[in-house]
Amino acid sequence: MALLEVTNLGISFGGLRAVDEFNLSIEKGELYGLIGPNGAGKTTVFNMLTGIYKPTDGKIFLDKTDITGRKTADINKAGVARTFQNIRLFGDQSVLDNVKIGLHNSFEYGTATGILRLPKYFATEKEMNNKALEILSVFGLDSAADILASNLPYGKQRELEIARALATGPKLLLLDEPAAGMNPNETRDLMNTIALIRKEFGITILLIEHDMKLVSGICEKLTVLNFGRVLSSGLTSDVLNDPEVIKAYLGE
Amino acid sequence: MKNMNKSTQKLLSTIGVIVVLYIVLSVMEGTGNLSSLLSGLLVPVCAYSLVAVGLNLCVGYLGELSLGHAGFMCVGAFASAFFSKVFMNTIPDVPRFILSLLIGTCFAALFGFLIAIPVLRLSGDYLAIVTLAFGEIIKNVINVIYIGMDSKGLHFSMKDMLSLGMEPGGTLVVNGAQGITGTPRQSTFTLAVILLILALVITHNFVNSRTGRAVKAIRDNQIAAETVGLPITKYKLIAFTISAAIAGVGGVLYAHNINSLIATTNNFGYNMSIMILVYVVLGGIGNFSGSVVAAVVLTLLPELLRGLSTYRMLIYSIVLIALMLFNWAPSILEYRNKHGLTAAAIAAKFKKKNTKEVS
Repeated sequence: MALLEVTNLGISFGGLRAVDEFNLSIEKGELYGLIGPNGAGKTTVFNMLTGIYKPTDGKIFLDKTDITGRKTADINKAGVARTFQNIRLFGDQSVLDNVKIGLHNSFEYGTATGILRLPKYFATEKEMNNKALEILSVFGLDSAADILASNLPYGKQRELEIARALATGPKLLLLDEPAAGMNPNETRDLMNTIALIRKEFGITILLIEHDMKLVSGICEKLTVLNFGRVLSSGLTSDVLNDPEVIKAYLGE
Repeated sequence: MKNMNKSTQKLLSTIGVIVVLYIVLSVMEGTGNLSSLLSGLLVPVCAYSLVAVGLNLCVGYLGELSLGHAGFMCVGAFASAFFSKVFMNTIPDVPRFILSLLIGTCFAALFGFLIAIPVLRLSGDYLAIVTLAFGEIIKNVINVIYIGMDSKGLHFSMKDMLSLGMEPGGTLVVNGAQGITGTPRQSTFTLAVILLILALVITHNFVNSRTGRAVKAIRDNQIAAETVGLPITKYKLIAFTISAAIAGVGGVLYAHNINSLIATTNNFGYNMSIMILVYVVLGGIGNFSGSVVAAVVLTLLPELLRGLSTYRMLIYSIVLIALMLFNWAPSILEYRNKHGLTAAAIAAKFKKKNTKEVS
């Protein structure tokens, strides 16, 4: 069975059927793209996969476990991490602390230990700092560790969000428009970074993107959404040559 | 790391200032140079500072506006005073006070926890309204409680004194709207300062720990906090409970500083909750040391202005408005940034001076 198996997923907001009969199957290690016109329901799919919305119908299986309708925090613990289209960092905290919050569930010490500053507090904090710096160094952000997250430049904020998601140790990483608002140079850097983290962390990635250069450059498979329904899915080259997709999204 | 050191430095300098002030005021009191008015305010100032520090944890780090912290102070005050009164003749002074401090704190924490369960489902204005109601309910319930003690044990009533059905030799512990009278006055300035410093250390350590980071993350962005796997409710409950417990410590100090403890609007009601909130906002949201400074200045100010009789509240309110503008108005903040008048810039200047002197 695939790492992520989604069958007949659907959600209604009142009378609006936002996503209907959505099927998706991602094998371990794949880099999968989810594309489609604005308002097609791509982010809604992400929100259902991460438990922010509860799907009305359908099932989501991660590594054979049913995670349909579970709480967001539990789904993260099961192995799904994500970034957001409109960046959601912990802006009032340092870059380092943002990643350390991502590491929260991998390191353990109690509230009382923290208040009393027992030896375990110092030992664990040191380990967390080292681990966080290690993750930041992948993105070249380790030199900016003490800066407030909200003071980072836009492109770096996107990378920090990915770093924070990676810190939770996911099996599956969901990237919601990682290249939005980036110039061509930044997009190229981002493509390299995505390839790098895939290799370094050995994880599976599902991404939403409008930048066709990025999508065709790195995604192995694609699913195209249109009006909440799957229009086409399969290997990237096949999907991008599908006349239906060209008509609905790419333009003739 | 650097960031942590900075906040630790700030904590140490705050404690330093408090200790210096404590020594100066103690010497003045010992040599009889302190007016009775001022020396009577020493313990209450510390008590209000404690409640302000507790509320700041809730407002500044949990990001929720509570208007019921006078209620937690009230719970702490009455629980500890009740204990002290009941065991007045059976437990020696020092252990009794330590126990009553623990009991007051635990009761405030327990109420904080119980209130937080329903209240933290709400946010913003709704949370403020419910906590406000809670504070008022606590105060009013305490005003109708009658508890008496005789050889058979404790008697409880919410009607009146007679329905307690006590033996002739029994004593009345809680007398409805007349509250608790005759508790030992054990809160000293030394003790109050020690508790205040402890609260500052605890809150500082808390916000710089794993749990504290999680609480701040939830404040900054709840959805993002959930997607990195933080159990939101758990951390909100922990933060709110600690916040209430610290307010409870303030209540214990307050209760053991006066002879008769009565729950009125002025000491445990809406007015006090707002007063504490004013300390927090003017001292800087999320700035524990600032809360202490604001509590001290704003408690002493109206007393020092007593000579101006009716004009004093007028001047007090003008000072409040001026401070608010100084701390929050964008144009004034810009001016302060330009001319190096921020706290950080002034601290940096001091540092430079010190290093120069050393070299």
